[in-house]
Amino acid sequence: MIMRRLIFIAPFAAFTALVIYFGLGLQRDPSLIPTVLIDQPAPVFDLPAIEGYTEGFSSDDLKGEITLVNIFGSWCVGCRVEHPVLMEIAERGDIPIMGIDWKDPPGAGAAWLQRFGDPYTRIGDDFAGRVAIDFGITGAPETFVVDAKGRIRYKQVGPITPQIWREDIAPVIQELRNESAENDLAGSDGAGDDVGPGAGG
Amino acid sequence: MIPELGQFVLILALGAALLQAVLPMAGAARGDKVLIASARSTAIAQFILVALAFAALTWAHANSDFSVRNVVENSHTAKPFAYKLSGVWGNHEGSILLWALILAGYGGVLATAAARNETLQARALAIQGAVAAAFLAFIIFTSNPFARVFPAPPDGLDLNPLLQDPGLVIHPPFLYLGYVGFSITFAYAIAGLMAGKIDRDWAAAVRPWALAAWVFLTIGIALGSWWAYYELGWGGFWAWDPVENASFMPWLAGTAFIHSVRVLEKRDALKVWTVLLAISAFSLSLIGTFLVRSGLITSVHSFAVDPTRGVFILVILAAVIGGSLLLFALRAPLLTSNARFSPVSREGSIIANNILLSVACVTVFVGTFYPLFIDVISGNRLSVGAPYFNATFMPLMALLLLVMAPAAMLSWKRGDIGQAMRRLWPVGVVALLMIGLSLFLTWPKHVAAGLGVGLAVWAGAGAVLDLARHARVRADGPLGALKNIAALPRAYVGMSVAHFGLAIVAIGVLGAGVWRSETVVFMNPEDAINVGGYEVTLKAVNQAQGPNYVFERADFDVHRNGKFLRVLAAERRFYPVRGMQTTEAGIWASLKGDLYLVIGEHNEEFGAVVRAWYNPFAVWLWIGSGIMALGGFIAALPRPAARRQAVTAPLVPEAAE
Repeated sequence: MIMRRLIFIAPFAAFTALVIYFGLGLQRDPSLIPTVLIDQPAPVFDLPAIEGYTEGFSSDDLKGEITLVNIFGSWCVGCRVEHPVLMEIAERGDIPIMGIDWKDPPGAGAAWLQRFGDPYTRIGDDFAGRVAIDFGITGAPETFVVDAKGRIRYKQVGPITPQIWREDIAPVIQELRNESAENDLAGSDGAGDDVGPGAGG
Repeated sequence: MIPELGQFVLILALGAALLQAVLPMAGAARGDKVLIASARSTAIAQFILVALAFAALTWAHANSDFSVRNVVENSHTAKPFAYKLSGVWGNHEGSILLWALILAGYGGVLATAAARNETLQARALAIQGAVAAAFLAFIIFTSNPFARVFPAPPDGLDLNPLLQDPGLVIHPPFLYLGYVGFSITFAYAIAGLMAGKIDRDWAAAVRPWALAAWVFLTIGIALGSWWAYYELGWGGFWAWDPVENASFMPWLAGTAFIHSVRVLEKRDALKVWTVLLAISAFSLSLIGTFLVRSGLITSVHSFAVDPTRGVFILVILAAVIGGSLLLFALRAPLLTSNARFSPVSREGSIIANNILLSVACVTVFVGTFYPLFIDVISGNRLSVGAPYFNATFMPLMALLLLVMAPAAMLSWKRGDIGQAMRRLWPVGVVALLMIGLSLFLTWPKHVAAGLGVGLAVWAGAGAVLDLARHARVRADGPLGALKNIAALPRAYVGMSVAHFGLAIVAIGVLGAGVWRSETVVFMNPEDAINVGGYEVTLKAVNQAQGPNYVFERADFDVHRNGKFLRVLAAERRFYPVRGMQTTEAGIWASLKGDLYLVIGEHNEEFGAVVRAWYNPFAVWLWIGSGIMALGGFIAALPRPAARRQAVTAPLVPEAAE
């Protein structure tokens, strides 16, 4: 008889567990995404150049200065929205932007960049989407701030708008620069140019 | 002024919904006829008030009143008028108001329908009123569609261009008619549990509502899939996206329900299970609706996220679903049935169907929520994609197709599986031949798909054979056969039609999902490619101006074996106001398959990126869905008045009239 009662209570119990789990889920902001990757070294990879380019993009390129890693694709509507903002950042020379061309057919990424402009210092061709998986991305565009030691410090899901750049990403970069300047003063082996604008594309 | 009136009637509607929730319950508890009757009047009043509010918002959109924030954010003076109207539900606030309107509409229809049991109906209307009150409060307190902006901007931000499409004009209303239709079965389930009376009358009262909801939901999902297919330009029709899953889960639960409620209606059995399904179908509808608005899950087509809404939503979910499941835990054990049946019987086969559908629903549920679950526990992010669903969901569907035809032939109480199989053997032979043919054509790839085709043929032809057997074409001629079918129980004819439709959909899924071929190339004018046996030549790429967009259009000539067939055009549109781009795929649809062309970026050096697909049997998806919906519609029709005996003795010739 008790067994029978338990069976009838089971749906309610299962639902209660579900509500608790939804409640916990609401605590986090899906767009901020505090992944395990935050403060971890960026994945190790070595991507070939996209068609029409000579230089590829590997994880070694992330060492030595603060960089943005932007995952894009010519097929991605959000990337088209974000693109003018990246162009502005590149023109101002705020920070080097590294691109990962995600799941694009050969030549499509290059054609896209030729049409709208190329904000990237280096671009890797991730046709198979393998590196994007290592970065734990959920869709394009996504952008990571990587510090001079090659560690991921911030992740932006979705297009960078001027507002997001001003209010979220630029302050993070400024903080990282202050941090590495302090390290330099403390005499540690802080390699690389810190406060000055990075080498533009 | 009109937006303020809209706001005002919305608040009145909340008041009416609260009365509708409270008064009839009190009446039912005390046996007070006047209070019981108030269920009808309050429900109708609530409907009228919500309809007025909806009309006010529609007015604001139609007249481009840019002092209303909702209009500013989703409209533009240059937007075509039809999309100004559909823009009303192309956003969070308006779509939730449409939901409330449909909820109130169902309540209004129920309030004007004759009742078998006045108290039961009043209680059901009260439950409906409670749900409506929660929704209206949600709108008024967190999602006010009538909020003003000051100063009013000169023009709006335009509607998301992906939504400026005929498919999206009608998709949400159908989907919501489906989702919300299950509110009636839900309300009846709660009312039945409160009264402790879930019986054959209850089933007869609920079944048409469930079928109506199921038909709308079937059409709504098919429209959504169709829209994604031709508008998103990715060549696919289903992506197992959380939002798609959100509409699919109530469909699976609802499908299980319309089967089990038939057992309850005929045999007074499966009471507890049927009630649980009624609660589940609507709960999943609620979870689905709110899921995309809470920020719990990000998806390509979720609405803008607002954390305060998330908490409100969770409270509503907890109250409505938690409350009903608690009631279920307390009252369902009191439901008893004396019906006895053998495992090999119609009842037994419907239980098997229900197990398969429920497991399939759980599979989809787990696939949808597992990433969130892992995230909550460990902070890890992952996504569950098509491979998971193909590995878990598809085998269940294969099993369903395998047992569907013989199961439908079993009679109530005690069936004869041997007899069913003896009748079905020609269908089995045809199915085996089709497996052989498919494997021959696609060898050595896609072996599972070849077997799948066999299963679809087995299920589909089995449904036709079963209906043909009852029609007795050979004995009575074509006209007599139609009469014979008309004399069968509507539920039986509807079932056969819907099963046939499902088999057609299955072939579409296999064709467009597995057998499709895809090419991506750079093309310059006069370049040709070969797709699915067609030779496609790019003729020209031109740019031009649309009403609220600029577009680039590629014209292709399609040849087969050197013979010119037709011109096919693919477009890429850029909407300057939103800075967004959409694709308008060039699709040539036929029963054999779709030729599907999409144009991407182009430059002088390489030419234009062209993605070309050949999707065999893609059209069968929409045709099959339509047939399924038709089956549901037939099953919902009232039974023929006279010859109900034809069911039990279908093979005894009747005297000609």
